[in-house]
Amino acid sequence: MMNFMLLFSRQGKLRLQKWFVAYPEKVKRKVTRELITIVLSRKPKHCSFIDWKDMKIVYKRYASLYFLCAIEENDNELLCLELIHRYVELLDKYFGSVCELDIIFNFEKAYFILDEFMLGGEIQETSKKSVLKAIAAQDLMQEEETPQGFFEDHGLG
Amino acid sequence: MDLQSTILSKLTSGMPTPMRLRDLIRQIRAARTAADERAVIQKECAYIRSTFREEDNVWRCRNVAKLLYIHMLGYPSHFGQLECLKLIASPRFTDKRIGYLGAMLLLDERQDVHLLITNSLKNDLNSQTQFVVGLALCALGAICSPEMSRDLGGEVERLMKSSNTYIKKKAALCAARIIRKVPEFIEMFLPAVRTLLTEKNHAVLITGITLMIEMSERSPDALSYFKKHNEMVPNLVRILKNLIMAGYSPEHDVSGVSDPFLQIKILRLLRLLGRNDAEASEAMNDILAQVATNTEGSKNVGNAILYETVISIMDIKSESGLRVLAINILGRFLLNMDKNIRYVALTTLLKTVQADYNTVQRHRNTIVECLKDPDVSIRKKAMELCFALINSTNIRSMTKELISFLEKADPEFKSICSSNLCICAEKYAPGSKWHIDTMIKVLTTAGNYVRDDVVGNLIQLISDTNELHSYAVQQLWKHLKGDLETKQPLVQVSMWALGEYADLLNDISLETNAEESFESFEEGTVVEFCEKILNSNLMNIVTKEYTLTALIKLTVRFPSQASRIKPIIDSYGCHMNVEIQQRSVEFSTLFSKHDELRPSLFDRMPPMKSSSEKKEKVQNEALDINELNGDIDSGHVNESHKAQEYSAALLDLLGDPVPITNHDRTEEPKLNNVNNNVLDLLGVIDVNPPNAVNNSQMLPNVDINSSNLLSLVGSNVQTNSNFFDGLGSQKTKEIPSITAFDKNGLKIVFDFEKAVDVPNTVTITLTATNASDFHINDFLFQAAVPKTFQLQMLTPSSTVIPAKNSGCLQQVLRVTNPNKSQLRMRIRLSYEYNGTQKLEQSEINNFPPDIWQ
Repeated sequence: MMNFMLLFSRQGKLRLQKWFVAYPEKVKRKVTRELITIVLSRKPKHCSFIDWKDMKIVYKRYASLYFLCAIEENDNELLCLELIHRYVELLDKYFGSVCELDIIFNFEKAYFILDEFMLGGEIQETSKKSVLKAIAAQDLMQEEETPQGFFEDHGLG
Repeated sequence: MDLQSTILSKLTSGMPTPMRLRDLIRQIRAARTAADERAVIQKECAYIRSTFREEDNVWRCRNVAKLLYIHMLGYPSHFGQLECLKLIASPRFTDKRIGYLGAMLLLDERQDVHLLITNSLKNDLNSQTQFVVGLALCALGAICSPEMSRDLGGEVERLMKSSNTYIKKKAALCAARIIRKVPEFIEMFLPAVRTLLTEKNHAVLITGITLMIEMSERSPDALSYFKKHNEMVPNLVRILKNLIMAGYSPEHDVSGVSDPFLQIKILRLLRLLGRNDAEASEAMNDILAQVATNTEGSKNVGNAILYETVISIMDIKSESGLRVLAINILGRFLLNMDKNIRYVALTTLLKTVQADYNTVQRHRNTIVECLKDPDVSIRKKAMELCFALINSTNIRSMTKELISFLEKADPEFKSICSSNLCICAEKYAPGSKWHIDTMIKVLTTAGNYVRDDVVGNLIQLISDTNELHSYAVQQLWKHLKGDLETKQPLVQVSMWALGEYADLLNDISLETNAEESFESFEEGTVVEFCEKILNSNLMNIVTKEYTLTALIKLTVRFPSQASRIKPIIDSYGCHMNVEIQQRSVEFSTLFSKHDELRPSLFDRMPPMKSSSEKKEKVQNEALDINELNGDIDSGHVNESHKAQEYSAALLDLLGDPVPITNHDRTEEPKLNNVNNNVLDLLGVIDVNPPNAVNNSQMLPNVDINSSNLLSLVGSNVQTNSNFFDGLGSQKTKEIPSITAFDKNGLKIVFDFEKAVDVPNTVTITLTATNASDFHINDFLFQAAVPKTFQLQMLTPSSTVIPAKNSGCLQQVLRVTNPNKSQLRMRIRLSYEYNGTQKLEQSEINNFPPDIWQ
């Protein structure tokens, strides 16, 4: 099971955090800071895995963004890389060649996509099509209930 | 429309439209300095709070979304928790979507708002809209507190049986989370989970298998339930076979592999079913072989499947041919260009090395090569694996490789690597000479990173091997060059060896090779060298203690130098450090008052024999492969070196208090007696109840012993008359021990000692043990006594209390009670336990009356 997933930029700015295990807020901050420092200090030619506490950290860089997952002892590191890649593909399909700015300005969408792809730290849907279909249907529901014409920016804006 | 009228009323009431999320993000990103950013956020937070107070329903969703962004930047946002709950309760989907997102981000298991959210969840789990049910299941899976699990477990079970795959898959994963929190629910989910396997939909299959894995890992009953249903293994085999045989299906394809996510989950469940079960293993041999041979290893995804297959093959009772195939796959992995694959290969070999030792040995050269990898993760794994592969046939070459690794290793590896090298050398050394050479090399290479126990071990080793005394001392003397302050453990061992065997430095009779030019030396150089060490500011106190003791022994080895050594020793009589001062004063006394005793006192020590039984224990423990694999935590190592430490402590006693005992026995100061006397001394004064010397680190422990002695001797070292005279009356009163503290496995026992001639002072030896499953770190004991008392606390033996009673921590307290009143003590304990800081306070009123009467 995955314990948490973090997205952060090369400058060390957190872009998304998904915790599948309950930690106190203070611990989350500390863990985030610590891991970002460790990962940013590693060279590109280094491998993508780090033994950290009783977890395995798997990370991969896509352009300016790092995707980091903490998985448990029995989990498959190589598959975790595939899982990260699948998430990136989903983002890419949804936003149309995704970039860091898309995730900054539409962070809630990035969370929604992740929540359709994974649940409770485990993968729930292995078909890209199904994930995107579910997201599109929910986006549509959101659009339909927003009063059109009267107040354009009524949603999140 | 209702909504429109509310908006209109808001607009007319003068409440400004809140800033849009997008605009806020833009503003924050435009901030040039951290202070600017803070200002923007504080202003917005203040505004958001005010709208929350006004119960503004229209913009709540937008404001919470902004708060979530602010939360990600690390600013406090707890005040949004209740607002999330209100959003969840709203009938609008947009509100619910943001509300659940906020709840997942802002609440965690520890929040007390759970009761409120549980009700909303219950409502939404019964919703007619599948996406609302989906949101609720997703939130439940993320927050999932035990109470929530109990309240909603039934709902989840119902949804697992739903005909809607979208809901079914989510419910299955929720169930997997719930049984982590409430294992007794496993039984409830069992019937529903089996039917999930009959589905065609991959998502339902993978989530169902995930749930079954979770159940089997948590409950043996569930595992045997699955095994009892005979169709389980063939069913899984069939699904897996279909996956690898099926043609291209674009929906689930990952670079030419059909649904690797599902394949790997099946392999993992098969592993659980086949473990220790010959029949089930037999049924899956074929498919495992098929996956292992048919999966293409040119891409990461193929290797991910191969990797999982290898683990499964090694874990079940598979055919030997299949196991060879698996190890060969790992061998191919080791040669792969991709670092990730190499890393995984090393990790897996490490796991399988015990079961298939010889097969793994075949890849030793490749593994040794990985020690030179530029990537620290790979080097670490390779090092662990190398230690697991050392045996008596390859010890020489492996040690050579590991020592050259040690030279270039990062500081974080040096201590673990040197410790492991010592353990391996001890177990497999082909001869004592090689052993001593290797240990000296380790000390020279790892310098100050060497753990304390290594010093004691090497001293013991040298002392034990009679025939190599002169060789050892000559080698050590040769290595005392360069930056000695970074190699203090080496200096310590050398000092001990010089003190004992300096007169053998000139012994050329040994097998010294003719070409090896023997460095000529003079007795004076040795003394000069010791003086240099003592004067250096960079040497630590322990090194200086060793040196001081070496110097006094040198007066016997080199009688001609005695006159030169005496002033050096005298000059430390007023050293800042009590221990050094004490040694110096005691040694000086030996020069003046008891000069005739000195030669016999400092005669060569008899070989220190550690009880073979303990030694065996050391080896068994130390060579437990698991321990080699993982980080050997210091507590453990310390414990396993009890025997050595015990003798090291004895050694130190020999250094100091021998004159005390010999006072009564001037007539026959024979070598053997000296040793016995020391034991006598221990018996009489009983400073060391046997457990006093156990797992604490060697050197602080020595301090405790000597200070204890000191206090018993009359607490007045400087007054020399008192020093020896007080000895006749060394008797202690028996005082029962008390348990000062006992909670959550942490137990603190006080042992009391009171010398008859200093009735006002009681020495309390605190022994802390830990029966729980985790180590206690950063242990700090603080105590307060009423003002009429004086309390003195010495340094504790360590700050770590190892778990499961595998060791203890000791600290000596001395309480002086001039008024002979009843002793009370308030104590405070602070420590780190399993990642959290703990603070405990308690008062002790049950001191035995003997200590103040």
